[in-house]
This record gives sequence, structure tokens and C-alpha cells, in this order.
Amino acid sequence: MEYLLTSMTFLPLLGALVVLALPRDNATLVRWTSLVATVPSLLLGLWLFENFDRSVGTMQFVERYSWIPAFNVQYIMGVDGLSVSMLLLTVLLSPLCVLASFGIEKGVKGYFALFLLLETGMLGVFAALDFFLFFIFWELMLLPMYFLIGIWGGPRREYAAIKFFLYTLIGSVLMLVAMLALYFANTPHTFDMLVLMERAPTYARGFQAWAWIALFIGFAIKIPAFPFHTWLPDAHVEAPTAISVILAGVLLKMGTYGILRVCYPIFPLATQQYAFWALAALGCWNIVYGALCAMAQKDMKSLVAYSSISHMGYVMLGMATLTPQGMNGAVLQMFNHGTVTAMLFLLVGVIYDRAHHRNIDGFGGLASVMPVYTGFVTIAFFAALGLPGLSAFISEVLVLLGTWQYSQPLAITAASAVVLTAGYMLWMLQRVWLGPVNEKYVALPDLSWREIVTLAPLAVIVIVLGVYPHAVLDLFGPTLVALGDTVSSAAPVVAQAALR
Amino acid sequence: MDLSNADSLAYHVPELVLAGGSIVVLLLDLFTRLKARLGEVALLVVATSVLAVGFGAGADQGYLFNRMVALDSFALFFKLLLGFAALGAIWMSTGSRELDGEHPGEYYSILLASTVGMFYMASATNLLTAYLALEFVSLTSYILAGFLRHRARGAEASLKYLIYGGVASGAMLYGFSLLYALTGTLDFIELGHRLSTVAAVPGNGAILFIAVVLSLAGIGYKIAMVPFHQWSPDVYEGAPLPITAFLAVGSKAAGMALLIRFFYPALSSPAGDGTWIALHGVGWPALMSVVAMATMTVGNLTALRQQNVKRLLAYSSIAHAGYMLMGFVVLSDAGLRAILFYTVVYYLMNLGAFAVLLLVVNQTGREDIEAFRGLAWRGGAPAAIAMLIFLFSLAGLPPFAGFIGKAYLFAAVIEQKMWLLAFVAAANSVVGLYYYARVARAMFLDQPLAGDPEIAVDLSNGLLIGMLLAGTLVFGLWWTPIVNFADRSLVFFGN
Repeated sequence: MEYLLTSMTFLPLLGALVVLALPRDNATLVRWTSLVATVPSLLLGLWLFENFDRSVGTMQFVERYSWIPAFNVQYIMGVDGLSVSMLLLTVLLSPLCVLASFGIEKGVKGYFALFLLLETGMLGVFAALDFFLFFIFWELMLLPMYFLIGIWGGPRREYAAIKFFLYTLIGSVLMLVAMLALYFANTPHTFDMLVLMERAPTYARGFQAWAWIALFIGFAIKIPAFPFHTWLPDAHVEAPTAISVILAGVLLKMGTYGILRVCYPIFPLATQQYAFWALAALGCWNIVYGALCAMAQKDMKSLVAYSSISHMGYVMLGMATLTPQGMNGAVLQMFNHGTVTAMLFLLVGVIYDRAHHRNIDGFGGLASVMPVYTGFVTIAFFAALGLPGLSAFISEVLVLLGTWQYSQPLAITAASAVVLTAGYMLWMLQRVWLGPVNEKYVALPDLSWREIVTLAPLAVIVIVLGVYPHAVLDLFGPTLVALGDTVSSAAPVVAQAALR
Repeated sequence: MDLSNADSLAYHVPELVLAGGSIVVLLLDLFTRLKARLGEVALLVVATSVLAVGFGAGADQGYLFNRMVALDSFALFFKLLLGFAALGAIWMSTGSRELDGEHPGEYYSILLASTVGMFYMASATNLLTAYLALEFVSLTSYILAGFLRHRARGAEASLKYLIYGGVASGAMLYGFSLLYALTGTLDFIELGHRLSTVAAVPGNGAILFIAVVLSLAGIGYKIAMVPFHQWSPDVYEGAPLPITAFLAVGSKAAGMALLIRFFYPALSSPAGDGTWIALHGVGWPALMSVVAMATMTVGNLTALRQQNVKRLLAYSSIAHAGYMLMGFVVLSDAGLRAILFYTVVYYLMNLGAFAVLLLVVNQTGREDIEAFRGLAWRGGAPAAIAMLIFLFSLAGLPPFAGFIGKAYLFAAVIEQKMWLLAFVAAANSVVGLYYYARVARAMFLDQPLAGDPEIAVDLSNGLLIGMLLAGTLVFGLWWTPIVNFADRSLVFFGN
């Protein structure tokens, strides 16, 4: 399995080329080919899950080739626990999203080719260990995403697409500047992340301080952290269902992944310095702010979008604590949010396909009309609000446990916000699924086999991880402990005692 | 090596071929019935010249014609690039409907002559040659820009170009005369030696500064840098499209070459560790970094509002001149290498964008963004995808060559820790994306209206676009050959 990560990353791209070569008028063939094209990566991902050595926190399956010697750019791929969990999430969601996109009628070839290109970009980001390569994959996702929202999206798609594009690009150019500065801060100049991490103690404080902020803004836009979040509701509301799933399920994780992969090990000093305000306090604010905004939404999809902002806050809060519980909780939350929010967007998509609107007030009593659908809705909603026994509960509790050791006021705030989450979730459940049946929608058909196939695997994961979180937790435990140690042992602990 | 006039001719084949070709084309037009094939003849002439340049690659380096022009790797690099720019422009001309029936003899003859002038701009080592070359290129460009005489915009373009050009070259000439007055020499290298003593004399600093700024006017006008850029949008819009492409790619590269040769070996000296030391007391790097920031910002902000794609590309090319100047002000070999690198990728992506525009203009007769509406959905999908790649490469997005070019420029700036410049350029990249995306949006996100004609890709244009596209894609992922070539080309005067 020498080329494991490379194959995993580029097989979808190969699939995209095959899809482009297919005849235009045979949409069914295009759809099924695309589905098949996502399967090899999934199988490789499962093989990786099986064979990944959980006892160590170091990089595994490393591939290293010289690429452009004159610029010392290398092709380095490798995974630790953190990246494995994210790769796994990506390869799991991709086939489901292709399946959920079978209803696309316009420009089918283009849609699926772009989707597969997007998958390559996402997998590449999680596997790349050379900063330059990482950056290329990072940017590679922009183009397909722009078109997937802009061509196949809702009524305000053009606005949403360009907003997403520009926001992300602002982050990327800052990242580019910081990346090049980092390159020149080392002699010999290098983009090799492993070397950049080793040399972490040698970077000047001032350099660390501004480079951290430049990178952080780039990543925070993706998370999205307040006040860089405004692109998200637009993009989510306008994007087609499957793209919302990818956006919330995978792309948002890249923000927090980037912080853990780049900011933490390369700039440990700056991380210590900024973690409280930029991650913990801001994360806490994200939790509360996202939840309050979600409560005010009239559109189901934008409610789910704001709930994402809120849930990503837990990730930021957890990773800021640097405690084993907090960090494990944060990464587990990344995974769980990926699956839960994917379910939520798919479920909203189901009702939108039938009723062609998503107004929370426009329904009522769907539970008696669509019982199977409502079953899945219940699982997803209760997972999202953190019901014990379902996956998100574990990760949120871990985050809160970590936060309690770190800062009790923040822990109390974050814990209280769970009530808000329960509030908007249950309120939506009540207005849409319970109560008297809306006469207009008595004849809505229940889930089709295709919809069940897309939802069921996610529901199984949500339930299994609620009972046996170690299936995923074990993957990144050692990695995160090592990472936390790197940061906390780097240097003088900056006192925030007064605030704790 | 330092050759006399007669001995130099043997090393001068590329220029001789072009000059001879220019006359041959004119004669063929007069005495034969080959009118329709003159484009191919011109193509052949330039191809021969490019081959001749290529064969000269390993030859001795030094001076020709009693130190009037240089024969060095730097000149070789730009001659190749300019040759390719001329090839592209002629190729586009043969497939352009605008130019049908428009005196092909004169057209190709002048185009070839203009290329000779650019070759000299790239190799001039003497203020006199530099001035003559620049004037020659300007004069031929005025005619080419106004070649569509029946078009009001063409005449306007030509006249504007002429007047601006006249003022700029007058200013430059005055600057040169001041330099001569201060030093008593016109030779770049000699100028550099003597200026270091001249600059030390109290009171000379101000004169020297004025001389440099005035000289800059002429060259800056060629590369369309702020504040000498106002002519370019009107000229770009009014000129025949292949000429616009030629000016945007060739003229700019030739100007860059002259700028570098004048400011580097003449007004600064190598420090030995890959960096350069600017002539004491003139302060041109600071001045030029302000100019660079202004150029990219003005170009990008003005491009935002354009409706005409040709004008949009004109403003974008002003912005790109600004990006290239980033490599110019950092006083390092890395910066020069980045400029050379950028001129190559800029050639590929900008000429590509013009080639697709030509396709659309040929079939719709329109140049505005509306003409691109729904291009992807009315038979032009390959052209639309190609245009998309060229535009996003211009915007500096990976995995296209434009990103690598920009990364090198940024790297050169960041290596010298010029943070302000880096952040201004970064902000500009974001602005740039917005207007390139407007064209992309029209092509893919908008639906065609009922009356919009189908766009088909013909063989000739398709081939050109395909080659440029291949370059833009391949060099985005594997750019070792260009970077090595750029590195080898940083040899001035055979030193």
C-alpha cells in the first residue's frame, strides 16, 4: 500500500475524467459511474481505518517525492490520527452525496465531474504534508465549489457563490503570505510541514504572532468563526442539498483541521498566546450567537446552517483547552458534526424536493404523513441537540469536561447554550412534524429507497458512536495528546488566570 | 567579446531574418497573388527567426555593433518570448474576421518590423539604441493600433497612442540627455560606473532623480504602469484584437526587459549574494514600489467596472504590470527571476484569453461581457472552459501557471520582508478574482438568450487555444523547465 494516500486522493479525479468522456445524453450512466468512482476511495479509507496503527501519534503511510527542486516543493502525503478521521469522514460522505444528487437534471456531467474534483481537493487537503501542496489542494476546492453553488444552486446562487469564493480567497491570500514567510524563515527554505514543526522553537516571537493571525483568519473564514461567518448562511441556503452536506460536513472542518495541523504545531507559542481569545472565547461566542441566530430563522436550511456555526464553536472551544478531553472532544465533534449535520441537510433536502419550499411555518404534522422520514428526523435532531446515547453527546461532554478544567465561566456558558440548541431544534420539530396536519401536504410520499440508503448509514454511525465512541476516538487519541503537549510545553504559559 | 559592425552580423541572424521578412512580405503583396497567404509567410519568417534565436543559445556572449546591443542570455530569453508573442499575434490575425480584406501586406510587414524593434529593446545596452528601439516599436504600434481605419475607435486609439507616446518619449529623451550631461556617456555599464561618482557630488542627487524619473516615463509608458497607463484601455479597445494581444504581451515584455536592463546593470550593482545594491542617492526602489502598488490597485479597481472584455483585459494587464514590478523593486535575483517567469506564464494565459475572445468576436461581432452570456450552454463549452482556465490563471488560482508565477513574485517580496507590498498585492489578488469571475459567471452561470448565436471552435483557433491551455495547465503543476530557463537567463552582457 505504498501509494495508498495518493490513490485515495486522485481516484475521484480519474473518475471525473471518465465522467467527462461519457456521452452527454445518458444521464443515468453518468450518475452511476460517478457513484462507482467514489467507491474505491471509500474502500481504501476503510482499509486505512482497519490498518492504521492507533498506538502512536506519528505520521503513517508517508509518501515523499521531490516535485520542484528549484523551489524545494515536495509531494508529501501522510496521515496521523487527526487526518485519518477527516479522510474517513470525507470518503463516507462523498458516495452518499453522489447518491443524494441523483435528482440533478441540469448539466449532469458537469455537476458530477466537479463533485469528484471537489472530493480530490478535500482528500488532498487532509493528506498533504507539504504546505505548498496543502495550499494547492485547499485552493483546488474553490473552483468546483463556486460552480456547484453558482450553477446548480437556488435563486440567489450567483451572489452566494461569489461571496463564498471571495471570502475564502481573502483567507487564502493571507495564508499564502504567511506560508511564504514561513518558507523563508527556515534555512534551507522548505515547505515540509514536518520540518516546519521541528523548527518551531526557532521562530521569532513577533513573526509567530502575525503569521498565526494571518493563518488563523484564513482558517476562521472556513470554520466559520464570528465575524467571518456571513458567507455561510448564504452559501448553505443557495447550494444544492448534496453540496450543503459537503460544505457543512467536510469543508467547515478544514478550518479547524488547518488550525490543528498548521497553527498548533508550527506556532505553539503564538497558539498559547492567542488560544484563549481567538479560540476559546470566540468559540464560546460562536456557540451562543449561532444558536440565537438559528432560533430566529424561518427557513429550515438556514436554521441548520446557523446550527453549524454554533456546533463548530464547540470544536474551537475544545481545542483551545489543550487538555486531552477537550482536544479529543473537539476532533470527535468535528467527525460527529460532519455526520449529524449531513443528515440534517439531507433531511431538509427531502422535504424541499417534495414541497419546494422550506418554511418552518409552512408545514405541520408531517409525522403522521411521513413516518419513516420522521424517524430519521428524530434521530438527527436529537443527535444535534446532544441527547445522551447519540454521537454528538459524547463529543460535547468531552469538550465541556476539558473546558471545565480550563475556564469555568466558559464551560458554564457553553453548557447553558445546550438549552438554546434544544430550544430551536425541538421548536422546529414541533412546528414541522408535530401538531395538526397541514392539508396541503397530506399526500406527500414517504422516503424513497434512494433516500433511505443515503440516510441509513449516517443514522447507524450516529447511534454506534453514541454508544461506542472509541471506534473513532482511538484513532486520534495519541496524536492529540502529543499535539497538546507540544503546545503547552512550548514555553511560558500565558496567564489568563484572572478570567478562569 | 566585443564585436565591430561587420563581425556582428553573423550573430545577428534573427533580426536580419525579421527585417528581411518584413520587406519580402511587402514585395510579395505587390508582385504576386499571395495576398491570402501572407499571414502564413509572416508566420514562417518569425518561426525561422525564433529558431535562429534558439540556435544561438550556446554561443559566445558579449556586445555587438561596438557595444550598442548585447548578445546575452537575458536578451535571448526575451527574444524567444517576443518571437512567440509575434507568432501568437500573427496566428490570431490569420483567423481574425476583423482584419479580412485589410491590406495584409502592410499589416504583416509592419508587425514583423515591430517585432524587430522589440528585439532591440530587449538587447539595447546604450541609451541611443534604447531610444531608437523604443521609438521604432512605438511608431509601428501606432499604425497597427489604428489599422482598422474605418472604425472611429481605431483612429482614436491610434491618435491617443501617438500623443501619449510622443510626450512620454520626449520626456524620456530629456531624461537621457540629463544623464549624458552628468556622465558624458550613453553606455549602460559605463553610465553605472560614472554615476556612482557623480551621485556623490552634492547637488547632483536632485538632477539625477529627475533624470531617472523622466527616463522612466518612456519605459513606463510601454509597460503601462501608473501614471503612464491612461492610453492603454483606449488603445486596447480600438486596436484590432490580435494587435491588442501583441501589445499586451509583447510590448509589455519588451518594456520589462529594457526596464530591467536599464535599472539593474546601470543603476545598481550586484552585491554578490543574489541581491543588488541600488545606486546611492537615487532612491528608485522606494519610488517604484509605490508605483507598483498604485499600478496594481488602479488596474484592478478600474477593471471592476468594465463591460467590454477587451477593456477589462486592458485594465487587468495594467494590474499585471503592477504585479511584475513587485519583482523589480526587491533588488534581488529572485525578483528578476520571478519577473522572467511571470512574463512566460503571462504570455500563455493572457494570449489564451485574447484567443478565446477572438473566437467570440469573430462569431458575434461583440466584445462585451454580454457576448459571453451562457457561452458554455450554446456549443462553446470547450472555449468557455478554456477561457475559465485562462482567467482563473490570471487571477492567480492554483493549479494553473498564473498561481506559480504569482507565488514567485510574492516569494521574492516576502524574502526581502517588504510586507506592505505583499499585503497590497494580496488584497489586489482578491479584487482581481472578482472581475475575472464576472466573465466566468456570464459564461457558465447565465443562460443564453434566444438570439445568441452558437459558438463553434474552428481548427486554427482551437489549435492555438489548445497549445496555450496545455502550457497554462502543465506549468501550473510542473514548472521546473521555466524556472531553470529563467535562472540561466539572468546573465547580463555575458558577465
